[in-house]
Amino acid sequence: MSALRTVIARDLMLAVRAGGGAALALAFFAAVATLVPLGIGPDLKLLARIAAGVLWVAAVLAALLSLDRLFQADFEDGSLDLMALAPLSLEALAFAKIVAHWLSTGLPLTVIGALLAVAYGLPAAATGTLVLALLIGTPAVSAIGGIGAALTLSIRRGGLILPFIVLPLVAPVVIFGAGAVAAVLDGLQSGALLFLAAFSLLAVALAPFAAAAGVRLNLGA
Amino acid sequence: MTFALAIERLALTRGHRRLFAGLDLSLRAGDLLSLTGPNGAGKTSLLRVIAGLLAPTEGIVRIRTDSGEAVDGEDRARLVGWLGDRDAVKPQLDVGEQLRFWAKLYGTPAPEPEAFGLKPQLPGQYLSSGQKRRLALARLVLTGRKLWLLDEPLAALDDDGKALLAGKLTAHCAAGGIAIAATHDPLGVDGLTLRLGDA
Repeated sequence: MSALRTVIARDLMLAVRAGGGAALALAFFAAVATLVPLGIGPDLKLLARIAAGVLWVAAVLAALLSLDRLFQADFEDGSLDLMALAPLSLEALAFAKIVAHWLSTGLPLTVIGALLAVAYGLPAAATGTLVLALLIGTPAVSAIGGIGAALTLSIRRGGLILPFIVLPLVAPVVIFGAGAVAAVLDGLQSGALLFLAAFSLLAVALAPFAAAAGVRLNLGA
Repeated sequence: MTFALAIERLALTRGHRRLFAGLDLSLRAGDLLSLTGPNGAGKTSLLRVIAGLLAPTEGIVRIRTDSGEAVDGEDRARLVGWLGDRDAVKPQLDVGEQLRFWAKLYGTPAPEPEAFGLKPQLPGQYLSSGQKRRLALARLVLTGRKLWLLDEPLAALDDDGKALLAGKLTAHCAAGGIAIAATHDPLGVDGLTLRLGDA
């Protein structure tokens, strides 16, 4: 357990210090979310309608920005070899890295998402649902992104391939996440949040094993 | 029973190139082996195979622990101390933070950076390549593992650093450990030599 916490703490420290990707991802998220209304125009009704979709897409893309270095940085400087030889299993290591990525990206994205939703004129009830959906769904983005990051860790400019692997797999997160908010706006009952939670749990539970297999494959190559 | 490493009929083919084949090697506690040979002869690959980071095309690597237990396959990762060709130094963390991280990950006490000629508050970003090598050596020592695998440990080290390395190697072997170092230059410690790449 303590080794797991150690990896999480270290990855968090690397993410927030200069050169880490966390602040960059958040700035990207805010920039995209600010740019969309400039392109669409000041129709508050329309903006409230599309807010959830725009924020979800922006959040997923922002998370991708910091995902490509999840394993690659440690692979390139040789840290990953030393981690593979440490008592901590690669599965636990992958889990720790996914948790650290979520804490440094997914969680702050959720907080900023709440502010941006208000700026988009989303009603209070729908904003609550969006925040809840982001809170439930972003771990799945970090987890599935972790698999992609592990598979592409030895590829130069692997970050360019990453979206092609990750985006199709996180489509359900965007669909259910934005769908839950749309249902609230329409005053309908919806099980979207439950589907989102189920998907997220499954992703977080299985991703460490898939990511560890990806790391093993790349280390032995 | 003493600590021992046995390699039998080890072969490795990468791409279409056979790096080594039919390699037999037997080392006992206290042995220091210098792995020499021209660039591209497969020294690093052999170290990775011994560590279990790379699967051999053929053959077995087996370690016998002090308690007489034979360890092969993935489990031998738990016995290997690794000093790779890359230093695994993070620019964002200072020397003390890096050593404490690795010590916690390996579940061992962190060494004093001063013992390796390093200041704990020095950021990784400003370390020279020799200082990074010293940090990597400190990390190797802290693992407390009995089989040391070193890839070009002398690279970028000054005379003091080389003496430090020789001292650590001598102490490690005297304490019943085994060390294998891929190197082009003499380590400054008496030991065995295996030359790759002439076959």
